[in-house]
This record gives sequence, structure tokens and C-alpha cells, in this order.
Amino acid sequence: MQRYLLRRILLAMVTLLAVSLIIFVMSRAAGDPRHVYLDDYSTQEDWDRLTATLGLDKPYYQQYGIFLGSALRGDFGQSIKEGRPSMEVIVERIPATLQLGLAAFAFSVIVGVPLGILSAVKRGSFLDMAGKVVALVGQSAPVFWLGLMLVFLFAVRWNDWFGDSLVPPYGRQEISSIILPAVTLGWFYAAANLRLLRSAMLNVLDSEYVKLARAKGVSNNIVIWKHSLRNALIPVLTFAGITLGSLVTGSLVVETVFAWPGLGQLAIQALAGNDYPLLQAVVIVFTLMYVAAALSVDIMYAYIDPRIRYS
Amino acid sequence: MAADATLVVQQPAVPARIARKLWQFRRWPLIPMFFLVLFVFTGIFAPLIAPHDPERGGLRDRNLPPAWEEGGSSEFLLGTDHLGRDMLSRVIFGARISLAVAGVTLGVGMVIGVASGLIAGWYGGWLDEFLMRIVDIKLAIPTILLALVLVLALGQSFLIIVAILAIAVWPRFARNVRGEVLQLKTMDFVALAKVAGASTPRILFIHIFPGVINTLIVLATLEVGIVILLESTLSFLGAGVPPPTPAWGSMVSDGRDRLAVAWWISTMPGLAIMLVVLSMNLFGDWLRDRLDPRLRQLN
Repeated sequence: MQRYLLRRILLAMVTLLAVSLIIFVMSRAAGDPRHVYLDDYSTQEDWDRLTATLGLDKPYYQQYGIFLGSALRGDFGQSIKEGRPSMEVIVERIPATLQLGLAAFAFSVIVGVPLGILSAVKRGSFLDMAGKVVALVGQSAPVFWLGLMLVFLFAVRWNDWFGDSLVPPYGRQEISSIILPAVTLGWFYAAANLRLLRSAMLNVLDSEYVKLARAKGVSNNIVIWKHSLRNALIPVLTFAGITLGSLVTGSLVVETVFAWPGLGQLAIQALAGNDYPLLQAVVIVFTLMYVAAALSVDIMYAYIDPRIRYS
Repeated sequence: MAADATLVVQQPAVPARIARKLWQFRRWPLIPMFFLVLFVFTGIFAPLIAPHDPERGGLRDRNLPPAWEEGGSSEFLLGTDHLGRDMLSRVIFGARISLAVAGVTLGVGMVIGVASGLIAGWYGGWLDEFLMRIVDIKLAIPTILLALVLVLALGQSFLIIVAILAIAVWPRFARNVRGEVLQLKTMDFVALAKVAGASTPRILFIHIFPGVINTLIVLATLEVGIVILLESTLSFLGAGVPPPTPAWGSMVSDGRDRLAVAWWISTMPGLAIMLVVLSMNLFGDWLRDRLDPRLRQLN
């Protein structure tokens, strides 16, 4: 158990180190970083000062050390567009992203879990078919397109038919603004939950101990809710952990579509504006969230599943 | 005596035989296969099929609706975009980009993945440990983020996009191939080959590799959909194959702010992506069940 956890933590740290190395190499490959901050009107003193701060007169491995050291202190340099520290800009955006991620996660559970159970219990029924459609669309439609189609239907067309849109199509002004982005972001995971739960439930319902419970005369409800669901939830829980992390990156696309003022939108704006210091800071923060989520799942899973603990 | 015990097989009448042949296909995913063939065909023969130039339009024709809508014309079956370019032709040429990206990416990713999987599984030890930790690290980094950093630093081009996606694709191949090799290398026929004096490359390619092919085919079909979605997401975010090349993702992005006036600009290419990915997934599921049911746990 301890060895397992140690390994996981070590791996998470190496991952972050690898990402920082990639970012460092890319920032140098992109050209002289001084050109990012300075222009033709800068004086020679400006150049010299920046050369010293960035350590450009030193060998590369020392430059990386400087980069890593300031990154650990949360210092990624000034955002070019905003003209203030990148970290400051990022911290302001985090709540919106977390809010959206949680809402999407809630949606995926609220839709995916009941539909998954019902489509396994009532196999071949209308509900099963409906579940299949939800799952197929969720796994095949590109997220950005799904979002636009929801906007088209519930804002643009709804407005044509009823004189007003059902929900706000973009922004974060009203509480209901979160509905469309959360559904868009959560759909894929709702589909995944549904499929996982359905097949897990079908497996469990077919198992010996469920047959035994039925033979003993246990009522159908108890067989489903107590004997089957608990066991079928294990793969869903694992997946839920993985999704928490990738919800973070899914927000890149969805926040762009819905002009949701979070980290994802910030990353794309940094990309479009060639704001490299900001982009590398966002990428590090995103990776940190992703790795942290994966790590906490690993730890949780070790507690839940004894097979991992002892191997 | 075996010679005169000829088995007399009753040959059914011709129509019945055809019917029986057709009956064999009842479980084949014919509709997905149709769309996939259509996708590959339009991708390859795009210049011959497309009715118009996908990159040039007339401003007089901009935002024309599809033929079945009011004001649409039969000249532009799916309408035109904000620059008057024919949507149908752009969707057709978009198939070409998606096909090329998916094909090259999977080719490159598969070669890297299979090579490292074979090496890791066969040699084991520190080499295995090293390769598999790289796989772990890669799987722990969100692909799209990595792609954004690389695109911003290195610039946008077809080759860079393919390289990025290949980096995203190879770890899964490596991991699965390694697993297969670990099982295969304990088999008797491998030991026999060794005893017979076969060289390591010979054992790997002649004896072990064929055992991995089924897994590879299934994995590749399931990855096609992922690659196409990734590529279109990158183009949607403005980090894909640069315009004016008609990529499906950037076409959807073109129509974003025009949903109220010209809904078809975003809808059509998105529909194309969904159809291809859906067909690929259904086809892949079917193939997996036929070739390698053990892979079920993949999804």
C-alpha cells in the first residue's frame, strides 16, 4: 500500500517536471523570450535587466533552474496583454472553472446513473433505447458542436418561436447561464457513466449471488438497489475520478463556446494573443489540477479496492 | 475405403444460396460501413466530386441557405458560408483533411507504439520500466493543452498537427501491445523458435507480431474516432491545420457567431464529424466483439 502510494506520488511529481521541461524548451524554441517583453523602443538597459532576470547569459540548465524556481514560487512572469503577473490573472479565473466543472459533473451523475440503472433493469425497453441515443450522441458529437447546437435550439430558435430564449446562450451574468455549458460539458461523461453502469449492472444481475438472493425470495427492489448497484458502482467511481480531471480540460472548449470567463477561455485567449507567459502559467495550473485529481483517485481507489492495496 | 465414402452435400437452389449468403451479413454494421466507405471515398476523390472550389466564393452568394430551405438554390445544395463558399464542397474537402490527418497520425502512432510495446514486453527490466513510465506520464498530461503549447511555439502546419496527435496516440498502442507480448512470450511456440535458433528480431516479427495484429486492428478503429475528434477540436480552437484549408472544426468555428442568420455553416460540418465518428465507433465495437472480445474492458 505504502509502496503503491509512494510510486503514484513520485509519478505525479515527475509528470509535473516533464510538463515544466516541455514548456521551458518550447518557450526557448519559440524564439528569444526578450522579444516577448521588449520592443523597438526599449533601451539597452531594459535588455540587460531582462537578460539578468531571465538568466539568459547563463547556460541552459541554469536557465531551466531559474524558470523552475520562479515557477515553484508561482511566478510565471507578466502577462503581455494584461500587463500584470500571470498568476494574478489566473487566480481570478479559477472559481468560474470550478463552478462549471462541478455543475457538469452533477449533470453527468444525475442523468447518467439513473438512466444506466434503468436501461440495464428494463433491457430493451423504450428507456434503454433512449439511453442508447444519449450515449451515442455523447460519445460521437464533438463537444464544441454540441454546445453550438444547444445554443441554436434553446436560444436562437426558441427566441423565434416563443419570443424569448429559454436560457441565456453565453456569459455568466445569471444563474441560469450555467445550464447550457454544464449540459454540454457533462454530456460526454453522462454517456460514459451510462454505458459503464449499464454493462456493470448487467454483469452483476447475471451473477450467482444475485440469483441466490432472488432464489431466497429477496424482493426485486432490494436485489437491484442493494445487491447489484453497490457492486456495479465500482467502475463508475473510478471513472468519476478520471473525469474530474478531464472536466478541467473539457472546459477549454466549452468555455470558449459559451464565453464562460474561466481558465479555459483564458488559455485560448492567451493562445490567440500570443501571450506565452500567460499560456505557460495556465498550462501548469491545469496540469496541476489534472494530476492532483488523478492522484486523489488513485489513493481513494486503493482504499476501496483491496486488490490494489496488497499487490 | 475413405475414398468411396464421399459425403453428398445437398446443394440448395441458387436463390436460396444467395439468400443464405445475404443472411450471413445480418449482424454486420452495414449502415456505419456505408458511411465509412463514403467518407474514405469522398476524402480521396474530393477534387473530382466537389461541385465548387472550396476556398473561393463570390460575395454575392454569401450566407445562402441549403437547397431545401426558402431562398436556397440547387447550385449550392448545403448552402454557402459567410464568404460565399459552397458548403457541400467544403464539407467534402474537409473529409480529405480529416482522412489524411487520421491516416498519417495512426500510421505514425502505431509504428512507434508497436515498436516500444514489443521492446518493452520482450526485454522487460529497466527498458520496460522506462518506456511504461513515459506512457504513464503522457497519459497524465492533457493532450489538448500540450497541443496548444506546441502549436504556439512551433507554428501551425499539417506536419506539426500530425506529430502532436501521434504523440497523443502511441501510448495506448504501446501499453496494449506490451500486455499481449508478455502473454505471448511465455508460449511454447516462442520457446521452440528460440531453441531452433531464431534471432530476436525474427521471433518478434515472425512469431509474436502476428499474435498482436487483432488487438492492433481493433485498437486502431477505436482510435480513429478519437483522432478525428481531437483534430477537429484543435481546428475549432484555432490551433489546427491553418485556414483557408477547409477543416471541419474550423468550419464549425466560422459559423459560431452566425447561428441566427446562417445556422447551416456550423451545423453541416459538425454533422459530418458526428456521422464519421459514430460510424467508426459502431464499426469498432462490432470488430472488437468479433476479433477480440477481451478488449471489451477498454471502454
